[in-house]
Amino acid sequence: MNIKLSYDIAKSDFSKAGEASSNIKKVLRQLGIPADIIKRIAVSTYEAEMNIVIHSDGGRIDLLVTPEKIQVKAVDKGPGIKDVELAMKEGFSTAPNEVREMGFGAGMGLPNMKRCADEFHISSSLGNPTEITIIVNI
Amino acid sequence: MNLREIQKLLDAEVLSGEEYIDREVKTVFACDLMSDVLAFVEDKTLLLTGLVNPHTIRTAEMMDINAIVFVRGKMPDKETLNLAEENGIVILITKYILYTSCGILYKNGLAGAEIVHK
Ligand SMILES: Nc1ncnc2c1ncn2[C@@H]1O[C@H](COP(=O)(O)OP(=O)(O)OP(=O)(O)O)[C@@H](O)[C@H]1O
Ligand SMILES: [Mg+2]
Repeated sequence: MNIKLSYDIAKSDFSKAGEASSNIKKVLRQLGIPADIIKRIAVSTYEAEMNIVIHSDGGRIDLLVTPEKIQVKAVDKGPGIKDVELAMKEGFSTAPNEVREMGFGAGMGLPNMKRCADEFHISSSLGNPTEITIIVNI
Repeated sequence: MNLREIQKLLDAEVLSGEEYIDREVKTVFACDLMSDVLAFVEDKTLLLTGLVNPHTIRTAEMMDINAIVFVRGKMPDKETLNLAEENGIVILITKYILYTSCGILYKNGLAGAEIVHK
């Protein structure tokens, strides 16, 4: 049986940031998914969620759980990334100061998502949505 | 070492999760940058930090970190503490600075956390 869940993520709403990832983590725990797999999904989803809150005009996270894999899709409403290859480099960040003061903006999020995932896709360009797919096999 | 011993060594106060004070801790990670906690830490470790906001708790939650020491006497707000309670995360606060807190724990046998080697 497949499970599908969807979460709206608001831009700049730091008080709610992380709620979707927290909820996804709880759902996966209820499904009895092994802890190490849950952690990889939780961390990469949280990075994606924070990126939508910090860098985008808002977006959505869709969770799909099948017997074989867990898939997280993060899609936002833009403004997109000019140079995706550069954004994927550790240490590259355009995060403003107030985000750094909250302990983020080290430019580690995208590479960390890739490391946590079995499959990772990103598609983005300036003026367009950023779409990220994270897959972890069960 | 359990959290009760850590509380004594750091002369710390327990603000959340008193009921879990017997939890064992094997390693420590100290950092004010949550991006790095998310990217580097492998262990289920104790987090020492001076960064006090709800995202510190969220980060710990995602990482399966179940105890945090806030250093330099930094007092978390209600929202931060509620989130910790909800997630069964133990919160200690100590007046010692990060360097001194680490020194005390290291001297008493607690090692650094395993990290992802870059
Ligand atoms: N959803 C997005 N929309 C627009 N730009 C983005 C998005 N996600 C990432 N970026 C761009 O890519 C850069 C790198 O992202 P990454 O997540 O690796 O680091 P960061 O968010 O800046 O810092 P960290 O993740 O360490 O807190 C960002 O600084 C931003 O310029
Ligand atoms: Mg990021």
